[in-house]
Amino acid sequence: MAQKGIREYDAKRLVGKALAELQGRGPDFGARLVLVTPKTDLDRLEAEHPWLKAERLVAKPDQLFGKRGKNDLLCIDKQFEEVKAWIAERMGSEVTIGGTKGRLTHFLIEPFVPHEVEYYLAFTATRDADLIHFSSQGGVDIEDAWDTVMTIEVPILGDIAAYDIAAALPDIPNVEKVASFIEALYRVYADYHFAYLEFNPVAAVDGDLIPLDTVAKLDDTATFQCAEKWGRIEFPKPFGTSPTEEEAYIASLDEKTGASLKLTVLNPEGRVWLMVAGGGASVIYADTVVDLGFGDELANYGEYSGNPSTELTYEYAKTVLDLMTRTPDPEGRPKYLLIGGGIANFTDVAKTFTGIIKALEEYRDKLVENKVKIYVRRGGPNYKEGLEKMRRLGEELGVPIEVYGPETHMTHIVSLALKEKK
Amino acid sequence: MKDYELFTRDTKAFVYGSQTRAVQRMLDFDYMCRRDSPSVVAMITPERGGFEKFFWGTREIRIPRIRSIGEAVDLFPAADVLVNFASQRSAFDVTMEALEADTIWTIAVIAEGVPERQARILAAAAKEKRKWIIGPATVGGIKAGAFKIGNTAGTMENIRMAKLYRPGSVGFVSVSGGMSNEAYNIIARTTDGLNEGIAIGGDAYPGSTLLDHLLRYEKNPEIKLLVCLGEVGGTAEYEIAEAMKDGRIKKPLVIWVTGTCAKVLPGQVQFGHAGAKAGSEIETADAKNAALREAGAVVPDSFDDYHLRIKETYERLVADGTITPAVDFDPPQIPMDYKQAVAEGLIRRPTHFVSTICDERGEVHSYAGVPIDDVIEERYGIGGVIGLLWFKRVIPPHAREFLEMVIQIIADHGPAVSGAHNTIVAARAGKDLLSSLVSGILTIGPRFGGAVNGAAEHFLYGLRSNLSPREFVDAMKKKNVRIQGIGHRLHTVENPDKRVEILKGFAKENFRATPLLDYALSVEEVTTKKKANLILNVDGCIGVLLVDLLKELGFGDDEIDRMIAMGTFNALFVLGRSIGLIGHYFDQNRLEQGLYRHPLDDILYDVPERPEEVG
Repeated sequence: MAQKGIREYDAKRLVGKALAELQGRGPDFGARLVLVTPKTDLDRLEAEHPWLKAERLVAKPDQLFGKRGKNDLLCIDKQFEEVKAWIAERMGSEVTIGGTKGRLTHFLIEPFVPHEVEYYLAFTATRDADLIHFSSQGGVDIEDAWDTVMTIEVPILGDIAAYDIAAALPDIPNVEKVASFIEALYRVYADYHFAYLEFNPVAAVDGDLIPLDTVAKLDDTATFQCAEKWGRIEFPKPFGTSPTEEEAYIASLDEKTGASLKLTVLNPEGRVWLMVAGGGASVIYADTVVDLGFGDELANYGEYSGNPSTELTYEYAKTVLDLMTRTPDPEGRPKYLLIGGGIANFTDVAKTFTGIIKALEEYRDKLVENKVKIYVRRGGPNYKEGLEKMRRLGEELGVPIEVYGPETHMTHIVSLALKEKK
Repeated sequence: MKDYELFTRDTKAFVYGSQTRAVQRMLDFDYMCRRDSPSVVAMITPERGGFEKFFWGTREIRIPRIRSIGEAVDLFPAADVLVNFASQRSAFDVTMEALEADTIWTIAVIAEGVPERQARILAAAAKEKRKWIIGPATVGGIKAGAFKIGNTAGTMENIRMAKLYRPGSVGFVSVSGGMSNEAYNIIARTTDGLNEGIAIGGDAYPGSTLLDHLLRYEKNPEIKLLVCLGEVGGTAEYEIAEAMKDGRIKKPLVIWVTGTCAKVLPGQVQFGHAGAKAGSEIETADAKNAALREAGAVVPDSFDDYHLRIKETYERLVADGTITPAVDFDPPQIPMDYKQAVAEGLIRRPTHFVSTICDERGEVHSYAGVPIDDVIEERYGIGGVIGLLWFKRVIPPHAREFLEMVIQIIADHGPAVSGAHNTIVAARAGKDLLSSLVSGILTIGPRFGGAVNGAAEHFLYGLRSNLSPREFVDAMKKKNVRIQGIGHRLHTVENPDKRVEILKGFAKENFRATPLLDYALSVEEVTTKKKANLILNVDGCIGVLLVDLLKELGFGDDEIDRMIAMGTFNALFVLGRSIGLIGHYFDQNRLEQGLYRHPLDDILYDVPERPEEVG
């Protein structure tokens, strides 16, 4: 949704290609890049990319995390054979980056660029303007040297051609050429719907700018306009994200439908489980659990919305119930299932409850075994019938179910459940 | 209209897109508010002009469909709102065009997934022109008792429950459209009601911000209490805190920023909204709630107290005389939609049509109750389908096979017969498939192709009247009626028609009994004694065997008579022969045959020099 990080490989590929087209000249650094994945046969690479043999090279992980130098994950100015060994040694290994654990699976190989000057250059957006940030002190932790950064503000309705970029730049060699590069890069940033584009550092070789480290986000809602410009683009999951089987299953259901189904398991041992309709409401339920001081007991975050079919709601509910009832609380304490939601606009409450009720019926024994207490709160079309069904279900199942409608404050069931918990 | 007002009871709006349900909901709201006239003056639908019918209470009205914004603006200069339902792809272009129109001042952009750069351009372009954009990615908003954008506030039942048909004292603005119904419900239960509510949309760059609308509410003397629901991500809530500090907002504000749970979630969880993600500490919900509290806003400890803080603040304003609670009234009933009333079992109505052979309403169509999937899977064939749709019976395999044999036999009979001839002449006159086919089919009747029906009728008469074959032949002779189904141009007893032999053989082998065929054959014995070519021909054979088959399938004499009267047997001829006629049409087309003109020397011209004068 909207801003999505892309690999450095893709960022350089796009920027290089666009720059070459825009300026009508090289160097097209986008053409000399290799992305190594677990499926890549390292021994066959040189046949496809002869330059690998001819050049000194750089290799680094390409998985949406930075600070690779500090984490000793850079292989600089090496022959291809050395690079191969370096990658082979690290492929699939587990590393911890800024507290997040994950496996190394993607590496970028590119030519080593001999250079003496490094700059910082970034393009960002505010509501009213695009910002071009430049510093002659590249390759450092830029936050620490922010006073060296100058910023050009281009109003969103403005035209980059109207700006004298060179005049705004500090005293650097080849300033006109650098300025024309920045203007071209700005156009790429805007035309290709980048939401964020940072080069830190970018090397200057006779006034030509060549990105060394690149961080980029694209606005994926522009896919309908940019599919051809972008080519085959991948939006990888953030580093260290490996969805559980259940999360992956819900994500696969979500992809197949116009409705929305989301599930993140936070703490499978937690005793407060949410099954909430609506994106806005689901956040507020999770908030309230946390704000009332029970964040450590919050088992999951998720939502279903957009009028999912009975079948999808059933699958969703079953997945949550299954996770919830795998093992009873070791201390024999009850668990709480909050079937919540605001007042739906046009979603038929009775209909969506049908799927949930079917799943609850199937899990009756496990619900009893796990001492589950259920709290329901919902409004919207047909809510009376939906709530009545839930009430009757409680009687039939012998599972405690408390049911509330719009006359009760939306999150009241959270405090009801948690009060009991104390 | 005051500069802080976007909507009044007189607001006129365009709806862009074929959103008939949304328009009806807007009109129902207008009616409930007792507006003098509907708020929607036209739908703008590039794909189609004309008009659309809607209800105004119980009465039906027409609302024009106009193909372009330009045309719409010219026709309705009083309309200053555009509710833009254009898709993600075209939302930008439509909105830009509307911004250019002098008379449109407020545009609600409903589409989700408008690219951020486009949304930023829209926001800036609107600002330059001092116009308002609500959205993108929003349900819209509502001015209680005055105007409703699209699908805002859900069902009429909900609108009634939340008292949105008349203005109260509360101005509400939120990011989320999904939570706005809930908020209107809370406001209705804790105060004298909503005055105006806007959902700005969950994207990173909404066309108008929370603060923009709060500042409008601040200026609006009808609004005494501000209520807001913010969201983690972005810094819009700090603008509100600033405005409170520098005195641009003086009215009491109850606000809660949602997303406080983000701190316990792993970093990569993206909430439903594109903008709902904290890029840094200051964008967290906790930091924003703290800043707002410090700036003097009423901020609850959690959403669980939100309604209590609103209630307290409202009661304080009533107590100090700032608010005189709005007077309620009983809004007019909105008639329930027919469909919904039927669904809920509240009304019934006699039907004007009845059908017993086919039902297309379920997921799978059915022929006489047999799902079409089964028809294909169980190989009903053309014969089986005729059994279902003509006779409403599942007929046995030999009956299906017989019907298909008949169709194959009568599919064509050469280009010279009248049906094919007509089709060919029509085709050569450049007429289309249907016209050519129909000109052939229309020749089918008593003289051409009607013998099947006629034969069945004649032989049945003989058999039922207990006439011996000889008596039957004599009786027909006496009536001066040629027995249908007897006689052939070429075939004789010695040189039998192979087709007839096959049909007879099949019937003898597969039918339980063939009483009418047997009778016809005994009649044939009589007639062929007179003349060798007076045999039972193929039409006659088909006719009598169909009767035998129908009897075997359990149809009574009355039913069979009715079928003959209806032309059921001819129908088989029409069906089969259409295959041939269509073939002739294609044939003539492929051959590129020109217009046919009958040779003059083939016509006897016997026209008198002068017509006889009479009278």
